[in-house]
Amino acid sequence: MIRKMLLAGSVLAAMGALPAQAAGTSACLITKTDTNPFFVKMKEGATAKAAELGITLKSYAGKVDGDHESQVAAIETCIADGAKGILITASDTKAIVDSVKQARDAGILVIALDTPLEPIDAADMTFATDNFKAGELIGTWAKATLGDKTKDARIAMLDLSISQPSVDVLRDQGFLTGFGIDVVDPNKWGDEKDPRIVGNEVTSGNEEGGRKAMENLLTKDPMINVVYTINEPAAAGAYEALKAVGREKDVLIVSVDGGCPGVKNVAEGVIGATSQQYPLLMASLGIEAIKTFADTGAKPKPTEGKAFFDTGVALVTDKPAAGVPSIDTKEGLNKCWG
Amino acid sequence: MSEQTTTRQDFEKGLEGSSTKVASFDSHNRGLLSRIQHALHSAPAGVPLIVLSASIIIFGLILGDKFFTPFSLTLILQQVAVIGIVGVAQTLVVLTAGIDLSVGAIMVLSSVVMGQFTFRYGLPAELAVLCGLAVGAFCGFINGVLVAIMRLPPFIVTLGMWQIVLASNFLYSANETIRSQDISTQAPILQFFGEKINIGGAVFTYGVILMILLVLLFHYLLNHTAWGRHVYAIGDDPDAAELAGVRVSRIRISVYTLAGLICALAGWTLIGRIGSVSPTAGQFANIESITAVVIGGISLFGGRGSILGMIFGALIVGVFSLGLRLIGTDPQWTYLLIGALIIAAVAIDQWIRKVAS
Repeated sequence: MIRKMLLAGSVLAAMGALPAQAAGTSACLITKTDTNPFFVKMKEGATAKAAELGITLKSYAGKVDGDHESQVAAIETCIADGAKGILITASDTKAIVDSVKQARDAGILVIALDTPLEPIDAADMTFATDNFKAGELIGTWAKATLGDKTKDARIAMLDLSISQPSVDVLRDQGFLTGFGIDVVDPNKWGDEKDPRIVGNEVTSGNEEGGRKAMENLLTKDPMINVVYTINEPAAAGAYEALKAVGREKDVLIVSVDGGCPGVKNVAEGVIGATSQQYPLLMASLGIEAIKTFADTGAKPKPTEGKAFFDTGVALVTDKPAAGVPSIDTKEGLNKCWG
Repeated sequence: MSEQTTTRQDFEKGLEGSSTKVASFDSHNRGLLSRIQHALHSAPAGVPLIVLSASIIIFGLILGDKFFTPFSLTLILQQVAVIGIVGVAQTLVVLTAGIDLSVGAIMVLSSVVMGQFTFRYGLPAELAVLCGLAVGAFCGFINGVLVAIMRLPPFIVTLGMWQIVLASNFLYSANETIRSQDISTQAPILQFFGEKINIGGAVFTYGVILMILLVLLFHYLLNHTAWGRHVYAIGDDPDAAELAGVRVSRIRISVYTLAGLICALAGWTLIGRIGSVSPTAGQFANIESITAVVIGGISLFGGRGSILGMIFGALIVGVFSLGLRLIGTDPQWTYLLIGALIIAAVAIDQWIRKVAS
């Protein structure tokens, strides 16, 4: 029995030692959660690219969105592990900065994926969607689609959470800018005085929250005809609320994300248009950057005119509007995630 | 012991001349406050009902037409339906002096099973629903066995079960959402509890009706059947109940299993409410159901409170949320007031308990 256990132990030890010998470079991926499809895809993209380039990848995640402690522990593990690079989507964009500094001091390349740190230059580089532009695209599309009716629009704003994280603010304010509404303080949603806005409600980015938020706004004004949503699950929930009062046909819903269920909803007319982002691309580009850094010491450069590397965004709709570049749902489905 | 002395045996001679009164409660001049205390002791759903009525009246006065429409008032019912049903499960467990932290997770897993069995394996939706209900009941059964037979504290058991079930839910579903449109075309029965009846502007979903029926059913079962009285007895004093012949373990297992089954029903209702099957839904159902139970005047120490109180508690939260949103206050005020209500409810519970001691 004891001999068997010893044998098993040595086999395990050998298995553990093998990858470390085989690959010279190791990298870490730290996401907010292991369960959000967006991060699931991100992990897939990173894993595939790491296997292709012969990099050992270790993945970590918080238990829930906002689990800052797990992310700090993950960074510390990566430093102890001698990783060459860290890809991180931070839960707490301000508080993580100290840990990131420790990693960078240890000579590790740190790339923020999807969510910029505060300040943005706390990481070596940020690979992200331009969330403001994502919002602006759906705002411009909604304006163009409504045409003359823009001035009498009744708009429901379905945001993410009370704490107003950066992605929430950027998408919301981008939408309003695209729609032609003065955003007052660009770093804050909900302070706009434009009478066309019925109100802002938070959704937690899921169907349940979307439905409740939409119901609450409909009690405020049953004649809402434009609905901005932070993401597609919230849009799906809002649609259920509209269906319940029989108004699903005459309301324009716009959203951001580009997940597969969301793009299907665009194809079926539930959502008018959505802005698609590319998590697989973010992650694979991140792994490539770590490889380059490990080989040559060169760090990635930002997109011209921006403080980060823009991984692109595309408007997905089957009803293109003049002057707003877009792709159709067929192409959107090819590139979707989740 | 009987106070009547018998003359045939002289060992009770010493009792001669002592008081022959039967034990009774003191009834010396009660003040208004203590009379209220007694009234509330005998009608545990009274406090939440008063708070509910007061909050409806206050919001009605402030908001007027917007709030006092059949649409708005029934909207509150729709918004609390899922939590109200989970609250029934939570009430049963809390009455046995337990607590169930796994209710929300069981609810979500059941709804995911219903959806995935239909869409991944192509089972008839009716069968998938039954499978979902069975999974919920099974999770509850495991909770029950661990609490009743293994004698582990309910808090710990359900804390563990919460994480196990939630993790299974994410692993099994790969966090894939099944869209509302697919469900309504291929398996509309999954959205059954989202169907609605419209009576002059008042909208009742089947989910709301289910909630009301469940509450009435369990109100009856708890108050008029032996099983129900045993549930209360166990919560009050399990040892005394055991001595009185109550099969404590068996009743406990039945309570947790039923709670699991009711959570699965809530999962089915949840699909109707949000349209889709989403593995991320209902994450806070455990806390929200405990909130409803506590505000509803059901004692966390077991054995006291009425299930009607729970539903009033859930409605109070619903009225506050919608009312404050309509006024346009920062939603944080809702949490603040709900928090204050929770503490007030427990304080009142303690005060009422003094009558019994």
